[in-house]
Amino acid sequence: MKCTIGIDLGSTTTKAVVLDEEGLVLGRGITNSRSNYDVACEVARTEALLDARFHLFERTVGDDPDLREKAGPFIEALRRNFQREQHLQQIGELEELCRAHARDTSKGVQRALDGIFEGLRTESEDLFGPGRKPRSDFFRDIAGSRYMALAEWWARKQEVPYETLYGLFDKSIIAVESRPPSTGLQESMAQALGRTLGEWKTEEELTQRLKSGVEQAILTNLTEVRTVGTGYGRARLPFPRECIRSEILCHGMGAHATFPETRTVLDIGGQDTKAIQIDENGIVERFQMNDRCAAGCGRYLGYIADEMNVGLHELGPMAMKAKRPVRINSTCTVFAGAELRDRLAAGQRREDILGGLHRSIMLRAMSLLARSGGIFEQFTFTGGVAKNEAAVAALKELVEENYGERTMNISASSIYTGALGAAIFALREARGERTPEPQTTGGAQ
Amino acid sequence: MTTTETTPIEAWTRRVEDLVLDLDLSAVRAWKDAQPGRKAIGFLPTYVPRELIHAAGMLPVGVLGAGEELEIVRGDACFQSYICHLPRSVMELGLSGRLDVLDGMLFPSTCDVIRNLSGLWQLEFPDKFVRYVDVPQNFDPEVGGKFYERLLRELLGELCALSGKSPEEVDLAASVRIYNTNRARVSELYALRAEEPWRVPASEAYLALRAGMQLPPEEHTALLEEYLELARAAERPMQDNARVVIAGAFCEQPPLPLIRTLERAGCDLVDDDFMLVSRWLGPDVPETGDPLKALVDAYLAFGGEASCKYVPDGEDKGARLIASVREKHAEGVIFAAPSFCDPALLDRPMLQEALDEAGIAYTSFKYSENTGQLQPIREQAGTFADTIKLWGDQ
Amino acid sequence: MNAPVKKNVVKEPSMLRQKEMIAQHFRDLARAKEQGKKVVYTFVPGNLTELMLSFDCLPLHPEINALQSGMRKLSGEYIAEAERAGHSEDVCTYVKCDIGMMLKGNIGPTGEKLPEPDLLLLSYTGCFTFMKWFELLRERYKCPTAMLHVPYQGEGHFTEEQVQYVVDQLRSEIIPKFEKVTGQAFDIDRLRDLLGNSARAEEDLVYVLESAKKRPSPIDAYFGGVYYIGPLFTAFRGTPAATEYYRMLREEVDARAAAGQGPITPDGLLDEERFRLVVEGPPNWTHFREFWKMFADEGAVVVASTYTKVGGTYDRGFRHNPERPLESLAEYCLGCYTNLNMPTRVDMLTNYVKDYEADGFLINSIKSCNSFSAGQLVMMRQVEKRTGKPGGFIETDLVDPRYFSASNVKNRLESFFQMLAQKGQEVPA
Repeated sequence: MKCTIGIDLGSTTTKAVVLDEEGLVLGRGITNSRSNYDVACEVARTEALLDARFHLFERTVGDDPDLREKAGPFIEALRRNFQREQHLQQIGELEELCRAHARDTSKGVQRALDGIFEGLRTESEDLFGPGRKPRSDFFRDIAGSRYMALAEWWARKQEVPYETLYGLFDKSIIAVESRPPSTGLQESMAQALGRTLGEWKTEEELTQRLKSGVEQAILTNLTEVRTVGTGYGRARLPFPRECIRSEILCHGMGAHATFPETRTVLDIGGQDTKAIQIDENGIVERFQMNDRCAAGCGRYLGYIADEMNVGLHELGPMAMKAKRPVRINSTCTVFAGAELRDRLAAGQRREDILGGLHRSIMLRAMSLLARSGGIFEQFTFTGGVAKNEAAVAALKELVEENYGERTMNISASSIYTGALGAAIFALREARGERTPEPQTTGGAQ
Repeated sequence: MTTTETTPIEAWTRRVEDLVLDLDLSAVRAWKDAQPGRKAIGFLPTYVPRELIHAAGMLPVGVLGAGEELEIVRGDACFQSYICHLPRSVMELGLSGRLDVLDGMLFPSTCDVIRNLSGLWQLEFPDKFVRYVDVPQNFDPEVGGKFYERLLRELLGELCALSGKSPEEVDLAASVRIYNTNRARVSELYALRAEEPWRVPASEAYLALRAGMQLPPEEHTALLEEYLELARAAERPMQDNARVVIAGAFCEQPPLPLIRTLERAGCDLVDDDFMLVSRWLGPDVPETGDPLKALVDAYLAFGGEASCKYVPDGEDKGARLIASVREKHAEGVIFAAPSFCDPALLDRPMLQEALDEAGIAYTSFKYSENTGQLQPIREQAGTFADTIKLWGDQ
Repeated sequence: MNAPVKKNVVKEPSMLRQKEMIAQHFRDLARAKEQGKKVVYTFVPGNLTELMLSFDCLPLHPEINALQSGMRKLSGEYIAEAERAGHSEDVCTYVKCDIGMMLKGNIGPTGEKLPEPDLLLLSYTGCFTFMKWFELLRERYKCPTAMLHVPYQGEGHFTEEQVQYVVDQLRSEIIPKFEKVTGQAFDIDRLRDLLGNSARAEEDLVYVLESAKKRPSPIDAYFGGVYYIGPLFTAFRGTPAATEYYRMLREEVDARAAAGQGPITPDGLLDEERFRLVVEGPPNWTHFREFWKMFADEGAVVVASTYTKVGGTYDRGFRHNPERPLESLAEYCLGCYTNLNMPTRVDMLTNYVKDYEADGFLINSIKSCNSFSAGQLVMMRQVEKRTGKPGGFIETDLVDPRYFSASNVKNRLESFFQMLAQKGQEVPA
């Protein structure tokens, strides 16, 4: 089967989208960008291709009237168990590296590691048990917080410094993250399938058909005919220049593909905020990107989360609990920490401060939208920050205050908008359609 | 008397604060509504001859930004992050319709930003009367004076055309008198502050002055008189604070909480350059002869000083500031300038050098009209106040 | 692709000529004191070069020194020096670069110490910062300062009163100061001769700038343009050398146009004109080459720019006029680009986009320069509205290397060019 791939190499996360020949989304993958863009790109691509196989399986069983009804829960269970396999595999890698780093440490440390990893493995049963869904896509987040908690307990028990145990994790995690999860795909899938079938109480004949559907999806040959890269790190992508498109074009196209009535797109990523106006074909009419000031970007929220010592994903829910959001005037990233501490010291509620902060960040986005010409019907909000409910609520409020009623689209997979646009460009080129040429070689070189 | 009871001066403060912080300019609307056909003209810092607007039968309204109260959306869409805050809030006020009550706007030659804002106003509000008001940087009566006189005559003509007042009806001399009286009260206020600063907290003096940006001068004069009486009568404990002069705040205004922060940090602000338009000419513009000529001569001979005005003789740089320190028996200077204010910030090293030579202590910080972080300023001003109290006499 | 091959930077013969002129000028400056010549510091906008030359003075432009320091990668150090001396990080970096250079011994672009000024000619035209700048230099040099206040064209045109005011200042303030400093009497006939030369050179400059209306444009009116304006905007206006330079330049451009050639970039002749752009705002000097290359690599040619009008808006028809020497100097000053109000600037940009058949326009917003930058976002929307062409927006600085983020600028430029390409291919439904 032929497919095209779009990769969006963002400053925080790297996303990949796989399209089939019809332009339908086959798979999506996401990973932390880290400092190594090549690896990030490879990890995201592999994840997306894995995801594609689940979709293929879905299609196969979807065609079978007997299986159709069972398919949903079955695939969910299969994914969950596959994730668990991957998780266990990564725990194995993490342990291997931690132990290598701990070679010259005391017995106590070694014993603490035994305890930690045993704990991690046991917990994973529960973590990926039926009906459960981990709260992050990233191994670092899932394993990290549990590792820390276990390390604290074991450090006390073994009377070894917590910092040593923390340091081992810190030294090892990047290498774990940097390994593409492709190794042992077949075994992992077989394990996951076995486990799923074990959980699954159904008749033998149907089980066999589900099993063969999975095997068929695994064995399908996916041929990548073209890949287009985009995003902040696109210049560093390991592709030829003609396979690179600007984020603006890709976000415009991706938003158009998701919500065809879109005319205005707001994308808030880690490092950049973009306001894009597109026409009825997804062609970019005008755009504005944030100026040098990083206030109002996702990075700013990350900074605030660090200051408050909470996870990035916890900010939105906390801010939603604001009763009387305070007004924050300084969105300067440099000052944010100081202002935050000032306000906390002055006795203001954390939730109220966060509520105010979300509004002030969205104010910056509103200005950028105004710079680009305004907000037209329909309005699509994309990027990592679109996942933050408090940010969305603040934006809705501001849009209504300033422009009246507007349809505001947010796709569940909005973070993949740029990668989707890139994949569409790849598909169009693969079909021989003209798409804007990127760089030429210009003057005499 | 119980502590919950409001003293007359507290009541006065509350009333005036409401007026000053009212971004919808209700006082201006009320003035206009009182008589059909009345018009109001806005102006930006630093200086415009308000007498001309008044003589043309209109209300001069100071547009000094929106302080810390207003959320900026449209204003930020007009200016990059490295431009000061004032034009953003003024643009926000304009584009949100809050300045619709004004029938025209005057943009004085304060700096490149306000200068350019005059053109933006022409683009954004094509139906409004908009003038850029130059002032001469050449102070020779035969050269700069001649130019300025023509400019003012033309402006007066245009203002009258707008208000519908015929030139015969114009009594500019009367307007000069009214503003002379107003400036005399302003001087009195500053004198009282310098003499007995505990009677006149800077924040109250600020409010008293700022009210004049919206009220007709006659009413403002009365309000000043009311305050002076209250302040003289109020029983307030004498305090041993540091006496300081504020320099650099002649355009974008520090927010009221910042002024209060300075007070609480132990600084008596015995002089400042807030709202210089109220004091630029002094109370003694000649009331005889050609009043327009009198305004011109007053500008050339003793017009105020701010970083937007050229100092022809290098020896005079900082002289006015030093004179103010000496006259008001101040112990130091606080350079408080808006972030990204080119005139104030470029002037600062020269003024500091002059203060160094004169042996006057100073400290410096930047603010913006919506500054929310007062803690560092409180600490800095507190340390400065302590330092000059401890070491000032040595 | 970007292999480090040994590269010869390609230069036009006129460029080499200009380089010689500048080198000679700095040699003259270095020997000014021993030869008894008076040195006058002044600014590019509203410069009174013919008047200075009529008194045999040597002009020196702190702005040019600053931009030269920027190009020679010295500005960062100079700016740091000025900031150490108490200047705010917020203010104009031309000023800080100049002050820093002065504090570090005033070594000019040729490596020789620059002479101190005998006179500061503060032609206060289109920029408030100029006034502060020379107040700062006056503190240091304690030399006579002549202030020429050029009123702003707030209403979009200059008035008779404004011209009269400037002429009055020339007569009562500027000329007497020159007479006092040089000991020479004002010679109006000499001034007339020089003004006549100027007008001829101005004619040729306009011809060159307007050659960009051709397709392909034989010039780049921004990156190349900053070289073309050099002699007329600085020490050479009114000299036979300048007149000769512009004749030569005109022939060069004519030859390229006749051959259907595009502009010469540092990497050689640009062989494909893919985008025609109008640019508002000064360039960045610290990464000038790199910045230019971001355009040239994409086949983007600037066909008109406003920066090339800071030292005079000759393409709007102004010429120095020997018949009205002082009046025409006054009108020259009043007409410099940054002395025009925002509506006029919007008109100019709109006309450029239309007259030069540009695909889009780009604003290079300069942190240092409020005179240029304050309001550019409004200008952008106005020009977009009037021309229907998209505007791009990037931020850099004149000479502060901390304020040029190559990846940031390139990211935005690439997006902008790709948007233009995408629009260009759009098939009307």
